[in-house]
Amino acid sequence: MLTLECPYCSIQADETELHAGGEAHLKRETVGSLDNDFEDYLFMRENPKGVHFERWRHVAGCGKWFHAARCTMTLEVFGTYSAQTLAPPKDLREKISTKRPGWTWRAFS
Amino acid sequence: MSNVTSALNGREVTGVTTIREGGFRGMITLRGDLSNANLKKVCKAVTGVDMPAQRGVNMHGESGLAWMSPDELLLLVPHDAADESVAKIDAALNGTHYLAVNVSDARALITVQGKGAREVLARVCPADLRASGLPKGEMRRTRLAQVPTAIWTQDGDDFAVICFRSVAGYVFDLLANAAKTPGPGLL
Repeated sequence: MLTLECPYCSIQADETELHAGGEAHLKRETVGSLDNDFEDYLFMRENPKGVHFERWRHVAGCGKWFHAARCTMTLEVFGTYSAQTLAPPKDLREKISTKRPGWTWRAFS
Repeated sequence: MSNVTSALNGREVTGVTTIREGGFRGMITLRGDLSNANLKKVCKAVTGVDMPAQRGVNMHGESGLAWMSPDELLLLVPHDAADESVAKIDAALNGTHYLAVNVSDARALITVQGKGAREVLARVCPADLRASGLPKGEMRRTRLAQVPTAIWTQDGDDFAVICFRSVAGYVFDLLANAAKTPGPGLL
């Protein structure tokens, strides 16, 4: 069972109060994109063993979307952060680096 | 014109913990910039209470203000004052980006009162309902079994639950069932 802290209402929300929204920080490809880029956007997802970034929605609570960083192997939650960003915040990335040295995820490390 | 009725017509199951349908209550959903001075002023004028902090709920009699999310408030007013309250908000916030809707008859209010109320709720809810997890004057939006609800307490013993009117029967039966046997008295 995951417990994530919603960054909007600061509640420790149980997984069953949340709705999983898939991988975080996807860049939307749209009109004018190359077919390959569009295919990547639609279908190609990370499937890491370790550090992972996801979108979640506090669906039974404040209703806001947010981001979460967690480990897919141990279910350790590294932190949650606002949805209004294109990359994980620096302090969170540094925190993950101390726990999982040398981690990479897409363009982030 | 047909008479207005509340969701469950004041249904009640009495016991150690009493579950009661709370009857009529005016409820207004207000979305907008909660730091806006005009918004704060009109909320105070309509409900008579100050703006709550994060997750807070300030009540005075039937009226009150509840923090629902960083851009949403729930205004509680007497049922027959809901429409005029919306009109006041519309007049005060004209020109700003906001949304105010009278949702009174889309919602139901259920009260859980008496000894063991916390335990009755905790049996059907994933949230931390200990006094430390849900103190007085704080509203917890969560789910009761299958449906989203908002729960709060003013005095620490008696709880109020707001849910959608369409699931009022479900929530009432759920709580009535949970209240059938007394809890071990842990909460």
